[in-house]
Amino acid sequence: MVDARTAAEQLFRNESGRILAALIRISGSFDRAEEALQEAFAIALAAWQEKGVPDNSAAWIMTTAHRRLIDSVRRDNTRRDKQDALQYETELAASLTGAGIDETAMHFPDDRLRLIFTCCHPALNQEAQVALTLRTLGGLSTPEIAKAFLLPEPTLAQRIVRAKRKIQEARIPYEIPPPDRLRERLASVQAVIYLVFNEGYAAMSGDQLVRRDLCAEAIRLGRVLCELMPDQAENLGLLALMLLQDSRRDARVRNGELVTMEEQDRSLWDHAAIAEGLASLDQAIRLRAPGPYQLQAAIAALHAQARTPEETDWTQIAALYGRLLELNPSRVVALNHAVAVAMSAGLESGLKQIDDLKRSGELENYYLFHAARAEILRRLNQRAGAAEAYQRALTLATNRVERDYLERRLRQVADT
Amino acid sequence: MRYMMLIYSKERPDGTRESSERNYDAHLALMQEAARNGIFVGAEPLASTSSATTVRVDDGKALVTDGPFAETKEQLAGYYILDCRDLDEAIEWAARIPTACKGGEGCVEIRPMPGIPARPEPEHAAGSARNG
Repeated sequence: MVDARTAAEQLFRNESGRILAALIRISGSFDRAEEALQEAFAIALAAWQEKGVPDNSAAWIMTTAHRRLIDSVRRDNTRRDKQDALQYETELAASLTGAGIDETAMHFPDDRLRLIFTCCHPALNQEAQVALTLRTLGGLSTPEIAKAFLLPEPTLAQRIVRAKRKIQEARIPYEIPPPDRLRERLASVQAVIYLVFNEGYAAMSGDQLVRRDLCAEAIRLGRVLCELMPDQAENLGLLALMLLQDSRRDARVRNGELVTMEEQDRSLWDHAAIAEGLASLDQAIRLRAPGPYQLQAAIAALHAQARTPEETDWTQIAALYGRLLELNPSRVVALNHAVAVAMSAGLESGLKQIDDLKRSGELENYYLFHAARAEILRRLNQRAGAAEAYQRALTLATNRVERDYLERRLRQVADT
Repeated sequence: MRYMMLIYSKERPDGTRESSERNYDAHLALMQEAARNGIFVGAEPLASTSSATTVRVDDGKALVTDGPFAETKEQLAGYYILDCRDLDEAIEWAARIPTACKGGEGCVEIRPMPGIPARPEPEHAAGSARNG
């Protein structure tokens, strides 16, 4: 028999987002819903330890939480009879106090989608969007999120409290945006998920395991988004991009040292993740609605499909960065484009593009710009210039693993 | 929910007569449309900050100073109060408010108006009276 505590914890991890989303819709209140959910899990733990875990454990939790919610709304309605300050909550909860409670109310397929859009509403700042999304949809506890983002727990707790208060006070709607605003609002949902992923992927300081959890969580949320809105090509593109990037996780660091893609042991790449990423990308492309996530995923796919660094199709990668640049004319994309040009059309033409970018001055404080420039100079055997660029990159890089890498490279060009 | 939409814009005396007229017409049209939709509560422009006076009571004495509370690039120029279903509806209306009242482009701050809250519970009121 499954241990009751393990069963409850697993269920919380996988199902709490779905259940919470339904409870919020019914009650119109994040706090009330969270409270009911926590109570239901406490009740479940006690009951299951005694009588064993029921087959339909998720439904069991839903029903119990729903009852707790009704009790709490009724209690409050009697207490607050004369007040209308909580009109918003009670208006939304009105369905409860009316006719009999319909258990099917718990199974609205769109609830998690409403929750995603509310958590990522542009009226909340992005830090709050991230925290709230992980807390409600990810089922992560406040200490877990704080640890993952290397923030003090009270800071994060306050962020979540403020966000929930704003949702209530400013009446941020709990609904799926209308078609004319869907694209724009979906973009902010995708941005939150990708930010969670990058937070886990980019940082190599702090607790490795927790950070890896963030990548896994972002991928899980990406899957949820695809499941809920399968006809949105960029959802699939984002999922593909995350899977393809994440497939290199075991090869990126060796003995605490950063390993560039060129030097990575490609047998360490996660081929199951690559296969799934490529399948998602194919599915996205068939929808014929290109976008920046799909383009980035396509670039990652070309890297993933090369069995050796020499096999990499840099010409195609340069072309894809060119298209990405049209959609997203940022200096960072321009830098990546220049690197791809250096690898395909020739180092000299790539360097020329990079030096054109240098004149704009915008990338002067971006360490990867100097690192990329140094790399091309090194390959051109211009050692003095390369050393200077590595040194400049070193003054800007803060991550220990990245600094170690730059120092090694600097020694190489200085020694020979 | 009623939302107050505070219009902040740069005060520039060089607005042409033509642009003020355009603004006037745009505000009028928006107010009429909001009224037709049954959500219009109020809207009015404010005189420029050169006519503003700030009062601050310190130690029982009213300190009066010339000018607005904060010297910022964009100043409060007027307001709308609209009764909207939720923040999304409020944002939609706010995006249509002309903010170039005095010639420059500005922005609109949306603040919910939850109403005057009910009096504090009796035991709390008694507590604060004792403490005070």
